[in-house]
Amino acid sequence: MVALRTKRTNNEADEPSSPVLRFGADKPLKLDAGTLLSPFQIAYKTYGTLNDARSNAILVCHALTGDQHVASTNPVTGKPGWWEVLIGPGKIIDTSRFFVICSNVIGGCLGSTGPASTNPATGKPYGLDLPIITIRDMVRAQLMLVDHFGIEKLFSVLGGSMGGMQVLQWASSYPERVFSALPIATGARHSSQNIAFHEVGRQAVMADPDWHGGKYFEQGKRPEKGLAVARMAAHITYLSEAALHRKFGRNLQDREALTFGFDADFQIESYLRHQGMTFVDRFDANSYLYMTRAMDYFDLAADHGGRLADAFAGTRTRFCLVSFTSDWLFPTEESRSVVHALNAAGASVSFVEIETDRGHDAFLLDEPELFAAINGFIASAARARGLSA
Amino acid sequence: MCQAAHDPEKLQTFRIKVMRQARATIMSVNHAQRVDLEVVADLIPPQSRVLDVGSGDGLLLELLQATKQVDGRGMELSQRGVNECVARGLSVIQGDADKDLKFYPDKGFDFVVLSQTLQATRNPKLVLDELLRIGKHAIVSFPNFGHWRVRLSLFVEGRMPVTKDLPYSWYDTPNIHFCTIRDFVNLCEELGATVEKATALDANGQKIGLSMPWWFWNFFGQQAVFLLKR
Repeated sequence: MVALRTKRTNNEADEPSSPVLRFGADKPLKLDAGTLLSPFQIAYKTYGTLNDARSNAILVCHALTGDQHVASTNPVTGKPGWWEVLIGPGKIIDTSRFFVICSNVIGGCLGSTGPASTNPATGKPYGLDLPIITIRDMVRAQLMLVDHFGIEKLFSVLGGSMGGMQVLQWASSYPERVFSALPIATGARHSSQNIAFHEVGRQAVMADPDWHGGKYFEQGKRPEKGLAVARMAAHITYLSEAALHRKFGRNLQDREALTFGFDADFQIESYLRHQGMTFVDRFDANSYLYMTRAMDYFDLAADHGGRLADAFAGTRTRFCLVSFTSDWLFPTEESRSVVHALNAAGASVSFVEIETDRGHDAFLLDEPELFAAINGFIASAARARGLSA
Repeated sequence: MCQAAHDPEKLQTFRIKVMRQARATIMSVNHAQRVDLEVVADLIPPQSRVLDVGSGDGLLLELLQATKQVDGRGMELSQRGVNECVARGLSVIQGDADKDLKFYPDKGFDFVVLSQTLQATRNPKLVLDELLRIGKHAIVSFPNFGHWRVRLSLFVEGRMPVTKDLPYSWYDTPNIHFCTIRDFVNLCEELGATVEKATALDANGQKIGLSMPWWFWNFFGQQAVFLLKR
């Protein structure tokens, strides 16, 4: 058992280095798949201090391969938190003013119950025995965390990509718990093309002989090649043609001429291989299957008779949506259709499209115009909420 | 996931740039147009729900929020204008008056404002019809093509007028559907709209006396502001 555990991501799955909230048999998580998950746990990080009125809490929702380490050093990679450009003391989301919560989603692999976690019924990792997890399941679990802190209403919920889906789900499922919502580079459903890319990634993982039908931990293996290929393919969709050309062009990697072989002659090949290799060190392959499936299943309008506006009927939440011109994973039209639905629902909504060639990943980068929009929106929402500067 | 260093200095520079641009825009709005905004603002009671279609730099929304504590929303065609408004904390979306008004529910707002934008729409009749549907009241302001200077330019020079307030040449103007005050009144009748209040402003942005007849307004009014309902 010890040998098996070391094979998992530093055992962050069961005993994460961040705080964990454990729910026993008395508090199961109701899943869209029709079953109950119990016991289960949520790993989370918080930054800043919750004020006496409990009105300054901001929930940050992470993307597909993100985690709870949003604004502090990641224990697995040793790298800065994934949104440290935005969140921290004195930053746009100022943790000396706001209480920031970020939790690993259910189905993840950094401490919240997921396929790499030990199944108490068998003593082995869940693998594919874990029921399929949906965006709504993730949000249901987050609600239990927010309840744990005694927070009646979150000042804001924000996130990009899959995080943005969670934001929309929050605003739709629990409008009275969300004062303001900031969904970035996201959509109210996963498009056919996006499902297609995810399926390519999943098939790459499953085609790896080391995957063993999802029971690779028990074989002392990990489907690293398959997962790396999945990451390489996905990574292309996070960038744009213009950005790839700007960064790499047809430049050769550490060589003067083509080698007439299948080595990584081009810089872009070398870059993608590196992205794939570093990813497998920090992410669980089965968790990748579950995360991509959760996004694929997301369709907020379908949950409301096909009419997206009904997902937000009567909402009093203030919204700000952001898209990027070169994002071809979640093009501006996806955000715009959410904006139109919010208009139809009579909601207060701002919508900013930012000109950049950095593609979908722009939301994680130092984009001054993104920060200016978030800053303006948060500042005016804070005034409306009566939060002092 | 790439990471980039947070650079507060860069951000500060950007903020200052945005503020300067916003201020420059405000300064460049000529006096007459600013009076038009004040006339519009006077028509709106405190705490109303307001949609400003063609909200531009957000000047009217800011004025209304500061003086009337309205629940204000904006729609603006130019993405640059939208981003600046949102950075200043205004609730504004990018949208096209010709295409995007259909998404709003009936009577979702107390007032829908269309300020200096009607003449730039593709289908002014449809846009006005939508304003009357969405708003319990609609406020429309527009430059009067019946103003004597315009008439003089056409009559004497035989050329499309280029004035201080209408500075574009015929080939590059965004203003594709000019009308006179009389034309507008006719359109209102056609759409079954009631004129609740009308104001004409002269070249100095001064209100022209209420007792004046329509033909006088149509001749001396450089701009008109209408409060309508249906």
